[in-house]
Amino acid sequence: MSTTPKIQVRGLSKRFGPKVVLDGIDLDIAQGESLVVIGGSGSGKSVMIKCILGLIRPDAGSVRIDGEDVTKLDRRGRERVMAKFGMLFQGGALFDSLPVWENVAFGLIQGQGMARAEARAIALRKLQAVGLGAPVAELHPSELSGGMQKRVSLARAIAREPEIILFDEPTTGLDPIMADVINDLIIACVQELGATTITITHDMHSARKIASRVAMIYHGKIIWNGPAADIDRSGNPYVDQFVNGHAEGPIQMEVRPL
Amino acid sequence: MGFLASIGRAVLHLLATTGSVSLFAAQALALSTRPPWHWRLIGRQMIDIGYYSLPVVGMTALFTGMVLALQSYTGFSRFAADSAIPTVVVISITRELGPVIAGLMVAGRIGASMAAEIGTMRVTEQIDALTTLSTNPMKYLVAPRLLAGMTMLPLLVLVADAIGVFGGYVVSVHKLGFNPTSYLKRTFDYLQVMDVVSGLVKASVFGFLIALMGCYHGYRSRGGAQGVGAATTQAVVTASILILLSNYLVTELFFSRR
Repeated sequence: MSTTPKIQVRGLSKRFGPKVVLDGIDLDIAQGESLVVIGGSGSGKSVMIKCILGLIRPDAGSVRIDGEDVTKLDRRGRERVMAKFGMLFQGGALFDSLPVWENVAFGLIQGQGMARAEARAIALRKLQAVGLGAPVAELHPSELSGGMQKRVSLARAIAREPEIILFDEPTTGLDPIMADVINDLIIACVQELGATTITITHDMHSARKIASRVAMIYHGKIIWNGPAADIDRSGNPYVDQFVNGHAEGPIQMEVRPL
Repeated sequence: MGFLASIGRAVLHLLATTGSVSLFAAQALALSTRPPWHWRLIGRQMIDIGYYSLPVVGMTALFTGMVLALQSYTGFSRFAADSAIPTVVVISITRELGPVIAGLMVAGRIGASMAAEIGTMRVTEQIDALTTLSTNPMKYLVAPRLLAGMTMLPLLVLVADAIGVFGGYVVSVHKLGFNPTSYLKRTFDYLQVMDVVSGLVKASVFGFLIALMGCYHGYRSRGGAQGVGAATTQAVVTASILILLSNYLVTELFFSRR
């Protein structure tokens, strides 16, 4: 077992205009770990994973993937590192001009230059893994329900068998049963691939189920970070308030009285 | 002082936008010269721009040619210069009206749809998804549209030229009593290759500008449906203005050569 963490984030900072979104994030994620990042809306969760992915350039700090600082890479190097990643976007972000199977096969065909027939066969297998049959493969994303879109999106994220998978609110907007189906699929896929994952969510049921470790982000900082089992005895009032979902506590929502 | 400051801000904004549009265009053009080439996408854009714009461009060209003959007749018959009508029609159409009218129609049709499609892809994170699948969105989305715009507009204008001249012919022969043979002879007697070529060069410039504005505004759209709507308006308005501006510049270029 090597000592280099799979992902190492140091002093990651980002501001948009006067608004500080990330304020010196430090995070280590070991190979094979499943980190769940919790935090309220607008706490900087999405910006953090977009910085890790390289979609947003941070103002300061470093992101090391397998020890390599990816914030300093050029376009070509970034494309090479990007092949290690799979990402499930919050809204699915499926390409609505392409049929389902081509969405799943996209990274294989465009990113790796695989022949279409071969990529299609892999896509059908991945779709089967998320419980979708061959007839669905020919449909367009707009013809699918929200839960099916999420599953297609999951199939696309795992199609290239990435080493690192990022999930942006995978269960948001789904009914509780479908949300749990997605949780189970995430666990199954991750175990099969042995991937390292970061999930951002505010769904505590989902967090408890898929996390091996939990970090809480508040005002652009990691305020608590520990094993998933310790989440109910964190001793941190912020975490307690969030986990139990109380309106009263140290976290004050900016709501003015009517 | 507030007045001066607002002028300064407007000028700075204009310069900054010009710079970022130029960088955007340069990046897309540089990428379009490198493999892999997305033939499928280029082909689809070519069909969309070239083939599906034929009815609207053909129709506007026809009526423009017809009204041109009618108006020149009203003016020219006052000093017995009716015989100049075929020449006036063909030169006005090929040098000026064919490219400009086709350009403006295509700006409305294609510029708007490009901005709306790419803008929607931006706000639904599909552009981010492309990046995570190791596909450069500039190369996948923007470069094919620029190439298709530059190559298809001249072909469209060639068709528009023919239809416009035909429109003038129909009105002259059937309404104004011209002899068909001598009308056609006069049409081609004074037409020079340069008249048509300068029109086609204009068309290529317009096609580039239309696609560039559609892609640029779509690519940078923010904030949901409203942002996409604003991007679409911006794309059509800026493309139309740039078409008329560059029309003058290209004309001046060809004019001062002779």
